[in-house]
Amino acid sequence: MDKSEKTALSLSGILLVVFFGAIMYASIAKNIDVPTCITDMDPFVSDTLFETGSDSYELHMVARMWAFQPSTVRLPVGSTVDLYVTSQDIIHGFKIDRKNVNLMAVPGAINYVRVTFDEPGEYLYACHEFCGAAHHTMAGRFIIEDRNDLTDAGGPL
Amino acid sequence: MENYSFRFSKSSKYLNATLLIIPMVLLFIGVYGGFMQTLFRAGIVQSDPFVGGDYYKGLTFHGVLNAIVFTTFFAVALGNALIPYSLQKQLNSKIAWASGILMLVGSVVAAVVIFIGEATVLYTFYPPLKAHPLFYIGLTLLVVGSWLAFYNWIPMYLEWRRENEGIKTPLAVVGMFTTFIIWFIASLAVAVEILAMLLPWSLGLVDEVNVMLARTLFWFFGHPLVYFWLLPAYVMYYSFMPKIAGGKLYSDMAGRLVFMMFILFSIPVGTHHQYMDPAIGAQWKLLHGVFTFAVALPSLITAFTLAASLEYAGRKNGGTGLFGWMWKLPYFDKEKWFFPYLILGLIIFIFGGIGGIINASYQMNIVIHNTAWVPGHFHLTVAGPVLLAFLGGSLYLIGQFMNKEIRFKGWAMISPYIYTIGLFIMSYGLKIGGLKGMPRRTNTGASYANPDSILYQPDWITYIDLSVIGGSIMFIGIIMYLVPFFGTVFAKSVSDEEGAVVTFPISEPLHDEPATWLRNFKPYVIIAIILIILSYTPVILDVLEATYGGSLPYSPNSPIPLR
Repeated sequence: MDKSEKTALSLSGILLVVFFGAIMYASIAKNIDVPTCITDMDPFVSDTLFETGSDSYELHMVARMWAFQPSTVRLPVGSTVDLYVTSQDIIHGFKIDRKNVNLMAVPGAINYVRVTFDEPGEYLYACHEFCGAAHHTMAGRFIIEDRNDLTDAGGPL
Repeated sequence: MENYSFRFSKSSKYLNATLLIIPMVLLFIGVYGGFMQTLFRAGIVQSDPFVGGDYYKGLTFHGVLNAIVFTTFFAVALGNALIPYSLQKQLNSKIAWASGILMLVGSVVAAVVIFIGEATVLYTFYPPLKAHPLFYIGLTLLVVGSWLAFYNWIPMYLEWRRENEGIKTPLAVVGMFTTFIIWFIASLAVAVEILAMLLPWSLGLVDEVNVMLARTLFWFFGHPLVYFWLLPAYVMYYSFMPKIAGGKLYSDMAGRLVFMMFILFSIPVGTHHQYMDPAIGAQWKLLHGVFTFAVALPSLITAFTLAASLEYAGRKNGGTGLFGWMWKLPYFDKEKWFFPYLILGLIIFIFGGIGGIINASYQMNIVIHNTAWVPGHFHLTVAGPVLLAFLGGSLYLIGQFMNKEIRFKGWAMISPYIYTIGLFIMSYGLKIGGLKGMPRRTNTGASYANPDSILYQPDWITYIDLSVIGGSIMFIGIIMYLVPFFGTVFAKSVSDEEGAVVTFPISEPLHDEPATWLRNFKPYVIIAIILIILSYTPVILDVLEATYGGSLPYSPNSPIPLR
């Protein structure tokens, strides 16, 4: 192996180690992680949203051909949501626009992520796994409202 | 070392010509399907004017015919050509034909079932969407046929080793064996998925499947599948390209190291396609991520070795200075029409490789998973370097095996440039659209790209339009390729000899070290199996523990299960 080859090999190795370091930094220091294995949650077949504390909610989302239940979720700005997603028929995909949330909804398994909405506005979630003939119509929205608007409307949902 | 020739038997000649021509027809049908998808996504068409059906049927045959059928046939044809040539031994033509016939029958059966609309399940065929049983049977025959081709080469190799003790196995043979060792180990998982789970379930012999388990077995196969596509291209890069450019392979040992590293790290990486899945622990996903980074290393070594080989060629051709050698390569030499297919693929792969590292980067996958970024990425890999190398290789092989002079060399030389321009435009559209949230595998034309729909997403339109423009240019590039390909097939033969006298541009090494530790597959295969067991046992256990109930089969057309 000649000198330039050794240099190239070392630089490649260092590059990959740096990339890997960045991943570990994001995971440990920034607490950004991919979904993990959930075993402490009972299977659910219908959707629910309830308050678990001030500004914190738990949402059970059910994906089915060809709609998300619920299809519209209204929450006040600053809400943190423990989001559980499953499918009641075939595989679907759930990604919230402009948020670090991306989950596969698989029948026979529950997926989980925690998300906080700091900015008011509408957040689209479109199904991103092929789920049959009307897959492209399967979508929903989080509507995150300012506190003032909410008092007029009478609270969340 | 002058280029030598090898005479193939008449039977091998006809077999290899068949294994190139029929898949080329299927490739064209798939390419047509790909082009139509860009039109569907933009809302320009609502149903296919020629073959009927919707976007998802088109997406299924595009994926199956281009990514699974064409690639498998070419890998087998290349092995059927390079292994006898490099080892100077004839193929057992009975086994070779049996393999070819299984593959042809399987592919045609699967294609017919897709065209009659009984298998709109995309090329990943995730349950509980159910395809007709013949779809699964067709794919099985294709895979078993490719195993048989590999089985045919093993005694040739062992015999050669006995006769040539102490001599290094030709690099092309090492590359082809690496390709098929990975393919064989990986396809065992999909064989279990199909034969033990999906086929009996599709036939109605069992009621339910575990969807997560099937998915995990699929990706055990699905990521090494991309190396099965890529490695025949690597074989051509290492063996042919330096010679065609007028130089030598910079380092023989680097090539051997790269192939052995692929054996080690190609397979224990599949869960990086399931970063967003439930029922698999994040720590095991991270472990697969680490191995994915390890498998990036041989590609980085390849980038260096091939660039160094091209620099050597450029300097030999009279190039000087730091970058002057770059302009002394045969980019537009009609007689060296094969060169653009290889160099353009490598340039595309710079972007494909970087994108791949992003996808593999654990949390970063959250941003792009299942968005249009993903097809944008893999068109820069499988539909870039892999397709271009396979097209160039197909044209070269068909000329050699049919004893024909290549016709329309100017078209052959220019078509990869046209294709590459289109590819960059299309992939840019898909990737940026994906970053803006546009999903993959979605008929956007019927909703998100339709101004009358409540789901209309004006932000995505520019990128959808770019993919139409790019896709159209790619389609033109492929048509321009088919002119020399079929022009050559139907041209008059230049000799009326029995059989085919075949010559390959095999590169000599510039640095040739003994590399005795890289001469035997066995230790690498054993370590690979250990890594697979270590990385997959916890994943499978998690899946079995965290999933509940089974899934009944569904048709894509109804939310009610089929039974």
